[in-house]
Amino acid sequence: MEIYLPIAEVSLDVFVLLALGGGVGFLSGVFGVGGGFLLTPFLIFIGVPPAVAVASSANQLVGASVSGVLAHWRRGNVDFKMGGVLLVGGFLGSLLGVWLFGILRRLGQVELVINLSYVLLLGTLGALMLVEGTRTLLRRRRLGVPRRKLHQHTWVHGLPLKMRFRRSKLYISALLPLGLGFLIGILSAIMGIGGGFVMVPAMIYLLGMPTMVVPGTSLFQIIFVAATVTVLQAINNRTVDAVLALVLLIGGVLGAQIGTRMGSRLRGDQLRIMLAVLVLAVAIKLAVDMTATPEQLYSAAVVL
Amino acid sequence: MLAALVALSAGGARGEPLVADLTSHLIGITGAFTGTSVVLFGATDGPGDVVVVVRGPEHDVAVRRKRRVAGVWVNTKEEVFVGVPSFYSIASSRPLDAITTPDVLGFHELGLDYLRLKLARGALREEDTPFRKALIESQQREGAFGETVGKVDFLGDRLFRSTLAFPSNVPIGTYLVQVFLIRNKGVVSGQTTPLVISKIGVDAEIADFADHRAAIYGLVAVATAMVAGWLASVPFRNA
Repeated sequence: MEIYLPIAEVSLDVFVLLALGGGVGFLSGVFGVGGGFLLTPFLIFIGVPPAVAVASSANQLVGASVSGVLAHWRRGNVDFKMGGVLLVGGFLGSLLGVWLFGILRRLGQVELVINLSYVLLLGTLGALMLVEGTRTLLRRRRLGVPRRKLHQHTWVHGLPLKMRFRRSKLYISALLPLGLGFLIGILSAIMGIGGGFVMVPAMIYLLGMPTMVVPGTSLFQIIFVAATVTVLQAINNRTVDAVLALVLLIGGVLGAQIGTRMGSRLRGDQLRIMLAVLVLAVAIKLAVDMTATPEQLYSAAVVL
Repeated sequence: MLAALVALSAGGARGEPLVADLTSHLIGITGAFTGTSVVLFGATDGPGDVVVVVRGPEHDVAVRRKRRVAGVWVNTKEEVFVGVPSFYSIASSRPLDAITTPDVLGFHELGLDYLRLKLARGALREEDTPFRKALIESQQREGAFGETVGKVDFLGDRLFRSTLAFPSNVPIGTYLVQVFLIRNKGVVSGQTTPLVISKIGVDAEIADFADHRAAIYGLVAVATAMVAGWLASVPFRNA
């Protein structure tokens, strides 16, 4: 059954869109990543114009994240204080990011920079997580009971403005989540994603948050990042297709609920290995695409 | 329609060399739109060939070429074409090169090979030919450009009809449907009819809202998504 999307100006099969939304929602529920980095390429693949795909993904992420956060919240797995601090950093970062994006676009190489950032970032993160996850899994096998250290003391614990984050069982400088939020805000604006897949590993490895609190807290801040992006895209580019977003969302929220339950049944280290494999797979796919001889050497795009 | 054809045929007999009209001058795009077609019918005052051209509203298109730089494919060259029709389809009763000369085809822009495409920085040079070819091929892949021979059917000597097809991703705007009557390799008559393609119904209102109240539309889109997300999680609350 086809449905006409008023802003994208194409007709697409409703069931394909529902399935796509469901699959991405499932991932978002399990891992706490928004899934924009998978959704956007898939939408473009099925015929949605790239600009509309990016903006409408952001719109559907808002709903999917709300649904995910509610599910995690009922399990007490959202650190609102941490989320709030990350968010402040994120807003400042996205302002800088939007400005940088404008410069890159004027230089005409924004696509290249986006792809390169994805490959470098996802490749590094995926590899690190895979090594770390496998090591933990092996250690657990050997010792039977995991020996757990809350966190290690390094130079970062000497930073000023210390804050207590009860849910995360952390007493760290507010500058850390603020700085992290800032960096991810820049990346989100340039790469057009919520940043969950960068945020999640960073929260685990850089901030040392307990894995169970991470997805809910990450989704909490994605709501706001995605909402900001949606409104800015609607105003600046008129590329938000609310009908597309809503259809994706119907599939997405159901997927997210199922995903959240699956996620809470899996162990933290298993979760990390699965996310690592997913992130690496996307990085490898992008790297291969960048070096493979393109089917079409020429591309055409309407100048607005 | 039969009555219209009879009337047209009578008109043709009175000396108008070519009369043609569309079954509809407005294509409304609604939620269920999956592409459509409009029938063009008409009459001539005698034997001859008919060519039908449909042109969509014009826009500018940037064509970029990729080169391998340090193993990675990068856009290295860009040419901007101005005034490119967003839709172009041509149908004829016989192959174009059989019914007229290249000069005539060029003058009336009949056929994709004869489409006059201008660059933003000036005239098209020899080395720009690949860019022109790439532009036309990409439009053909999207179904926006098309060439069909034999899609103008004659019913007897004078009456003809042609079905103009539009894909689901057809650009909206005012189209021009040009009909040419060709005899002895020359255009003896021509007629241009407008055709409007626009969104109607709820979809039109959504698109209009997004256009004129962009900020509010963005906020509404966000709010709708939030409510949908909340609603969807309600059934799972006590699970």
